[in-house]
Amino acid sequence: MAKMTGAQMVVEAMREEGVEVVFGYPGGAIMNVYDEIYKHRYFQHILTRHEQAAVHAADGYARATGKVGVAFVTSGPGFTNAVTGLATAYMDSIPMVVVSGQVPLSMIGTDAFQEIDAVGISRPCTKHNFLVKSAEELPEILAEAFYIARSGRPGPVHVDIPKDVTAQVAEFNYPKEVKLETYKPTIKGNARQIKKAVEAIANAKKPVFYLGGGIIHSNSAELVRDLVAATQIPAVETLMARGTLRYDDPMLLGMVGMHGTYAANMAMSEADLLIALGPRFDDRVTGKLSEFAKYAKIIHVDIDPSSIGKLVHVDYPIVGDLKAVLQELVPQAKEKVDPSRYEAWREILNRYNELHPLTYEDSDEVLKPEWVIQRVGEKLKGKARISTDVGQHQMWAAQYYPFTRPREFITSGGLGTMGFGFPAAMGVKRGVPDEISINISGDGSILMNIQELMTAVEYRLPVINIILNNNYLGMVRQWQTFFYDKRYAETDLSMQPDFVRLAESFGGVGYRVKTKEEFDKALDDAISKGVVALIDVVIDRYENVLPMVPAGGSLYNMLLEYKD
Amino acid sequence: MIERRVISVIVLNEHGVLTRITGLFAARGYNIESLTVAPIPGSKYSRLTIVTSGSLRVIEQIIKQLHKLIPVYKVIEHSDLIEKEMVMAKIPLEERLADVEALCRAYNGNIVNIGQDSAIIMAADEPSRIANFVSALKRFNPKEIVRSGVVAIER
Ligand SMILES: Cc1ncc(C[n+]2csc(CCOP(=O)(O)OP(=O)(O)O)c2C)c(N)n1
Repeated sequence: MAKMTGAQMVVEAMREEGVEVVFGYPGGAIMNVYDEIYKHRYFQHILTRHEQAAVHAADGYARATGKVGVAFVTSGPGFTNAVTGLATAYMDSIPMVVVSGQVPLSMIGTDAFQEIDAVGISRPCTKHNFLVKSAEELPEILAEAFYIARSGRPGPVHVDIPKDVTAQVAEFNYPKEVKLETYKPTIKGNARQIKKAVEAIANAKKPVFYLGGGIIHSNSAELVRDLVAATQIPAVETLMARGTLRYDDPMLLGMVGMHGTYAANMAMSEADLLIALGPRFDDRVTGKLSEFAKYAKIIHVDIDPSSIGKLVHVDYPIVGDLKAVLQELVPQAKEKVDPSRYEAWREILNRYNELHPLTYEDSDEVLKPEWVIQRVGEKLKGKARISTDVGQHQMWAAQYYPFTRPREFITSGGLGTMGFGFPAAMGVKRGVPDEISINISGDGSILMNIQELMTAVEYRLPVINIILNNNYLGMVRQWQTFFYDKRYAETDLSMQPDFVRLAESFGGVGYRVKTKEEFDKALDDAISKGVVALIDVVIDRYENVLPMVPAGGSLYNMLLEYKD
Repeated sequence: MIERRVISVIVLNEHGVLTRITGLFAARGYNIESLTVAPIPGSKYSRLTIVTSGSLRVIEQIIKQLHKLIPVYKVIEHSDLIEKEMVMAKIPLEERLADVEALCRAYNGNIVNIGQDSAIIMAADEPSRIANFVSALKRFNPKEIVRSGVVAIER
């Protein structure tokens, strides 16, 4: 077996794992590793301009490709900058490995220069973390890190490596297979429970598919589509599950929850059976728990047992990998379920949909954000990946973009991280270079990682940023409008940079648009040029995201319109 | 309904594992009444005995969340078990030591040391009996009382 330094091992491990790109930012404690990167070109290294962006980029890459995203950062401030990225990935169960440098072992605990208790900080926001004590254990730890990140319920894993360990020499014996006695995710679902669930579906009168992010992670959208088509049972999608069904699937009632459609939320409220496939019953979906799906029995399939029954009572819990469970469940359901049984139920929901469709008032005077999203959809559906930041624009994108497939929509759901969208969109572009990568952002969010324009230009990652500019921290302003008597405390963003010149100063292309024609021209131009672009779209300042379930309210009590 | 539970957790002996467990309790606002840890002889594992309390749903979450930690090998939620706890106390020498000794013996204990101005006593018994013992001990003006926390083993 070859002897090598810890730093070399890190690089070799990336090769063993088939890593094609690492996003990162160097510094003292991780310099030995960077020195190895300089010597070998096994993978591309993309130097972001902020560690948070490196982790979000790795995250976007992982969300778009399903592979493990990788980021390298240095100790101290390098690592603390990365924490928001770790927490974002953790909340959305994204497979990721973050390697950080640490001060030498002998200096740990002395408040040395750029020392921070990194594993202490990352423990609550990672699936697992490691402090490496010697080069000898490094190959095993790195192999375990990748294995833990991508298996079971995926998640970010953090490996903290002291500087002297990266200089130590030891045998490099990379494990071909990882076996952890203490970690064995359940893959196969219990056959009896699956059978019972199928019976419950066959006997229900008003069943609803409640589709969650687990479908995307387990790559089971095909099976879900098959199941929905065969049973003709209406379905709702969470934010994280957008794209599971095609936007034009007749069974799709739309997004559920705080900004879900009327039909989707009423379906949940009136159902007698929820078939929950990989959601986590987030409070932005359930609203008031005691009123949530009051009349329904619940089937819940999830790979994470702690996710089942955490908030609501589950009648048919099934622990297992969603794909493995569906492979068993779908054929049984096809045999047992008679789609005509739910005809009356579908009719009720169709009527709800006709009564209160997802809609907005268009205008010729001022651009409406909903129109902009729909327009992007008309031009690009099926050809682009859509990332978002956090705020109103995120919800409009989730509501109005015509999603055609899983991994098409990349958004920070669980943590709701402003500043996520642009770096994530760079990672997406790196992961799927043949597709157009769009980031839909707000004038508040974009400024949180705007420095990445430099990275995108340098590495030719032509992300198109569409800024829905309302001169406000719009989503907060909306809450102030509805719930704080329009006291707009610290949400006015009238003071703005010149986004066009800002984009240009980084070497990108900028557009400022106020009309539909200008928007079309700008988007077409950005697409045809294939450059890093920023389209500053001036929209109606006071547009609200509707419908809305006020926080803590019940799903069936929705604000459908807002009149001043 | 709040229930008291004794949970044994078998974990890999590795860096930071105890913080992982206590961190889980702290972050979720779960209660720890007592916690004891020691290596399991002849293995690479340690055994933690945690006494906790909460509603059935909270207890169920605690168990599931413990299972989720990577270095956790096994979580045993006891129903049929023997629990013991140890207590030590310092009693001033002017107290009636014969009575103290009789009390100790009733709780499976003894006087283990007599110093210049105080006697050290110990007792090991079921946690509820130890609580009784501690309150009975009050009469003898103990200067210091140290409880070990619960250890438990399945029957
Ligand atoms: C890092 C971070 N800080 C604060 C918030 C709280 N927050 C949620 S939405 C929002 C406003 C976002 O404004 P903007 O990006 O302009 O988008 P808009 O809502 O106007 O579309 C804020 C401040 C957050 N989600 N993330």
